Amino acid sequence: MEKTKTLFEVIGPIIIGPSSSHTAGATKIGLLAGKIYAQKPQKITFKLYNSFAKTGKGHGTDKGLLSGVLGLNVDNPQIRNIFEIVQKSEIEYNFEYLENFSRHPNSVDIIFEKPEKMKLSGISLGGGEILIDSINGYKFNITGNYPTLLLIYKDKPGMIYKVTVLIQKQNINIASMNCERKARGKEASMAIYLDSPLKKEVTKELSAIDEIYFIRSLEALK
Amino acid sequence: MNEIKTFDELLKYTQKEKIEIYEVCQIFESQELNISIKEIRKKVKATLEVMEESINNGIHSTKLSSSKMTGNDCKKLENYFSQKKSCLNISQQKALLYALATAEENARMGKIAACPTAGACGIVPAIIFAYSQDTETQINALITAGQIGKIISNKVALAGAIMGCQGECGSAAAMASGALVFIQKGTNEEIITAATLTLKNILGLVCDPVAGLVEVPCVKRNAFMANIAITGAELSLSGIKSVIPPDEVIDAMYQIGTFISPQLKESSEAGLAATKTGLKITQKLHK
Ligand code: SF4
Repeated sequence: MEKTKTLFEVIGPIIIGPSSSHTAGATKIGLLAGKIYAQKPQKITFKLYNSFAKTGKGHGTDKGLLSGVLGLNVDNPQIRNIFEIVQKSEIEYNFEYLENFSRHPNSVDIIFEKPEKMKLSGISLGGGEILIDSINGYKFNITGNYPTLLLIYKDKPGMIYKVTVLIQKQNINIASMNCERKARGKEASMAIYLDSPLKKEVTKELSAIDEIYFIRSLEALK
Repeated sequence: MNEIKTFDELLKYTQKEKIEIYEVCQIFESQELNISIKEIRKKVKATLEVMEESINNGIHSTKLSSSKMTGNDCKKLENYFSQKKSCLNISQQKALLYALATAEENARMGKIAACPTAGACGIVPAIIFAYSQDTETQINALITAGQIGKIISNKVALAGAIMGCQGECGSAAAMASGALVFIQKGTNEEIITAATLTLKNILGLVCDPVAGLVEVPCVKRNAFMANIAITGAELSLSGIKSVIPPDEVIDAMYQIGTFISPQLKESSEAGLAATKTGLKITQKLHK
């Protein structure tokens, strides 16, 4: 049985066509990736796989990805002319079209190269639903449907407790979370999906924790 | 109020509460999204505004899509309607024109409201704007269409990649058909019957788009589906019933969707996509 759709999933969403998976989904992946990168990218490489690579040009997948990374929403008509818009700026970008059947049919790697390096992978699941499933080699499950807190930190006993206590103190409900570590005592990643967005002070307090090197507090995509 | 998952539950609920289908839908959505009915209707109105804008933009543009397969047919149809004697009445002409206009607009990366998907975005708005000029009626008709889509989506994924085009353009036609019965002041039962009759006639529709793009056959299919929606509405309004009950038709739709070969579910490995011409176009585009 399918999950029941809400009215606005059936009559909507409002998007730039032609495809909810290949245009709107691509834009959303870009948008979320850009929010995670959280700085103005100067050089980006997009590696499109399989169906994204094959039909991406005709669907404007490339335009969607680039527009998203630069902060445009799925219904922004500028997506159509994003290449001309970017031409006037200093941003360097390039697209690679690849085949790799171990990857999802609609997947993409977004590699930010300048000013800082970061590599993310995203999947368009259909109907405009998406997933960012890895950041710098760490597995995540970020859909953009919930406010999300992302952390990469040095694995140490008590870290999860420290973080969740701060969230509880704000009376914010945790919808779900997942943690992963490379090895005991090495780097680990944590994603916490929340019912409402974190307050700025919490993020500040978290950033003050020595063991945390990477922190992002993301709002839900609309 | 518990969630309504089937047409049977929907009809019984409207009979018990003596309300219209759109009212059931807005009560439930307001609970679910935790916003007022007024807010829901405001959002629906905003969606209608986008739909109207896509129709207008589509009618006035002859810009081809990036693949150049579609984009200038709406103009031909408009010229034909204005210069020659069509066998359709004005509303039917509008329905075909609006459906094509919206679908072409989608293919050229215009702004559209997916309904229920981007590929099928022309069908419901075409019917609503061809047959109603009153904003409140349009809002109620679009909510009615949405409720029909929601019930279908309980069992059948509204996605060509999973259920074939019956899940996309087929669902849209059923939604539009019910909306039209609403506009024509039919009963709740007639709305559901129109959707049912329409669904029975799109069962098995495959998804075989040329070069994997939402263009061939999708764009013209929107116009065809608008017409099927009209037929479903007319039959139902005449008192014709469906021999197979609505929820059983959806069960059949689901079963057929699972039987459709994966090659005919958006993968463009068969059907129109794999014709000699389809393949030639694909090769040219993927070069
Ligand atoms: S043929 Fe496939 S891509 Fe085209 S509208 Fe139907 S389901 Fe969508």
